[in-house]
Amino acid sequence: MSMSTPLTIALAGNPNAGKTTLFNTLTGARQHVGNYPGVTVEKKAGAYTFPRGDEATIIDLPGTYSLTAYSVEEVVARDYLVQEKPDVVINITDASNLERNLYLSTQFLELGVPMIIALNMIDVAQDRGISLDAQKLSALLKVPVIPIIARSGKGTAELMTAALDLAQKNAPWDPLYISYGEDVDLALQTMAQRITTAGFMTDSYAPRWLALKYLEGDSQIRDKGRRADPAVDTELQETVTKVSEHLLKTMETYPEAIIADHRYGYIKSVLRQEVITHKFDIDRLHASDRIDKVLTNRFMGPIIMLAVLLGLYKFTFTYSQLPVAWFAVFFDWLSTNLNTLLPDGHLKSMLISGVIHGMGGVLGFVPLIMFMFFGIAILEDSGYLARVAFMMDRVFRIFGLHGSSVMAYIVSGGIAGGCAVPGVMAARTLRSPRERLATLLTVSFMNCGAKLPVLALLTATFFSRSQAQLMFLLTLLAWAVALTAAKILRLTVLRGESTPFVMELPPYRFPTFQGLLIHTWERTWQYIKKAGTTILAISILIWAMMTFPGLPQSEEENFTRQRQEVAASATQATEALPLKEQLAAIDTAQAGSTLRHSLAGRIGITMESVSWLPGFDWRTNIALVGGFAAKEVIVTTLGTAYSLGQTDPKGNASLSETLAKDPHWNPVVALALIVFVMFYAPCFVTVVCISKESGSWKWGLFSICFNTAFAFLLATLVYQGGRLMGLAG
Amino acid sequence: MEKDQSGTITAVKVGGELGRRIRDMGIVPGTRITIMGRAPLFDPVAIRIMGGTLTLRNSEADYIEVEIA
Repeated sequence: MSMSTPLTIALAGNPNAGKTTLFNTLTGARQHVGNYPGVTVEKKAGAYTFPRGDEATIIDLPGTYSLTAYSVEEVVARDYLVQEKPDVVINITDASNLERNLYLSTQFLELGVPMIIALNMIDVAQDRGISLDAQKLSALLKVPVIPIIARSGKGTAELMTAALDLAQKNAPWDPLYISYGEDVDLALQTMAQRITTAGFMTDSYAPRWLALKYLEGDSQIRDKGRRADPAVDTELQETVTKVSEHLLKTMETYPEAIIADHRYGYIKSVLRQEVITHKFDIDRLHASDRIDKVLTNRFMGPIIMLAVLLGLYKFTFTYSQLPVAWFAVFFDWLSTNLNTLLPDGHLKSMLISGVIHGMGGVLGFVPLIMFMFFGIAILEDSGYLARVAFMMDRVFRIFGLHGSSVMAYIVSGGIAGGCAVPGVMAARTLRSPRERLATLLTVSFMNCGAKLPVLALLTATFFSRSQAQLMFLLTLLAWAVALTAAKILRLTVLRGESTPFVMELPPYRFPTFQGLLIHTWERTWQYIKKAGTTILAISILIWAMMTFPGLPQSEEENFTRQRQEVAASATQATEALPLKEQLAAIDTAQAGSTLRHSLAGRIGITMESVSWLPGFDWRTNIALVGGFAAKEVIVTTLGTAYSLGQTDPKGNASLSETLAKDPHWNPVVALALIVFVMFYAPCFVTVVCISKESGSWKWGLFSICFNTAFAFLLATLVYQGGRLMGLAG
Repeated sequence: MEKDQSGTITAVKVGGELGRRIRDMGIVPGTRITIMGRAPLFDPVAIRIMGGTLTLRNSEADYIEVEIA
């Protein structure tokens, strides 16, 4: 047996039942994270070796409350069980909340999978005065039931032995039949017969289970059925409609309600047979409830929440500064070395500006992302994140979002200086698809750290007297715009009922350190892997756009001649310094000309045909094109572009001074540009993340177009409005 | 229902996605329910059911009929 193919053991259970903790305890670092095909649900697999040497692959199925097709997670879990047919399912349940947890177990029993029930957190249950008779439960449900404490690993050896025993029995699937009352049972019988005689999808599903799903109105099964055999599907649907109408008329209820009620009835009947005894009143306040009295208190709650979020923010952006700086130093060192080692030319330019700066842009975020995910993992694993959603939901609902969206917004720069990349990834904690997508697409409106230099430059140059107030106003503006945009999206492209909010507030728990580390690392690694590959390609592309086509021969020669002239006129050694400065000025001027001549420059010039509306000249346009690579680039590109055609031979006036003196610039133009920079296309790292997180490039592309159009409109309003009011003096 | 009040669910009058979700979480007739508290803006509401705490929006809770006891 030990040499045969490894067993597959699936872990399944409610969210917060300790499934991931058990998975980590069993597999340790031997994990592999992937995705289920076509969806963004994580697929986690790990290796486990039994004491006697047998190997097993453990699959951590997504946490679900049910096996209907309510969410992607449920569909994924169900499809896995039906199609992959694991050798054993370990159904992990929270012993202190057994009745609700057994609802999912009942559905596994109805499916007939070989199953073991793990009664997790049996210690917590005991503290709460709940005693459970595992043997009796096992006898009544006819499956092994093993009490465990996943955090400490207690009972897991027995659990795995039981799993091995069950797997080796290799018994056929044995579905449980629960009685759903006369009407439903009769319908089930009729439908199951029809399914059997027609051989309707019977190769994948048991007839009665299939009939049950039809009665529950399961959309996924119905779609499959329609494709498999439209005639039988219609017949089954007719039976469903008939019994539904009957139930509505006689009892004012729905088939799925009857089914759920009877499932819980079955569970109650099992538990009532002296399986469970409560020493205390079931409503007794536990430690967790007492914490909640403070943390979700009407007055204290929001204040504490603000402090916690600020703390997370401080923690992330303060402590990641040093490692971020190390990365920067490393990449600087790398480019300096390459600069001296390689001969001048396109290869060198591509390696330095394209590859190293591109990769530096990606990897530079890594410490930031690690710290942020570590902080979020603490909030998530401890149960606090659910409370944040609980407190913020009323506000966010107005904009068609979910209480959990707040985290993503804050991280992205809700407090100026965040970053949309971890923000987009923080939206993962949202389970409702439409709200999640609306969050993903709007977090980039926040004032991230990379936009700040641009905003700082422009406010300092044109609004020096009220810079602080203006920066604060811009933060408020970002919030207003992001939330409004979310509302617009939810009313148009993402239109639809809000997903039911119903959510568990899990008891507060101390996160395990191992869990936090695994959580942090796996998300960080995914970022590196996903972003790294695509971004490298795009950054090379952008480099090429800003380099090619090069200057024509004649202009190149012109600059070479200028250099020679300067060098010739300053042969004396005493003039070394001004000579250096003059040469540097020529270099920047050449860089400027090259930029103007490049594809990006031509695009910038062509764009003037529309960019006069918000008042941008071609130089600004180039900077904005470059800013798509990374918003930090805007200031440097603007610097390069404005060095072009300088009359000042020394060319060392600061960009701020240059802009202040330039006749084209005035406060209205500056404000229009500020607004545009704040809201136009997210930087491409963010776009890549949006695409990956939403599971489609369509949404990445959408964010580029939607945001740019939106920003253009807003900037035009500012500029034209300002001009009409005669402010552009 | 007021804070700290308890009762027994008599009916859940909603179908579809919300209905299924509510029932999955244990909100079914015959079950004991206690109001644990409300969010700072009085919505959503937190309830204790089957030993766990759930939260749902007031509009969603409206479908749940309870006999206070």
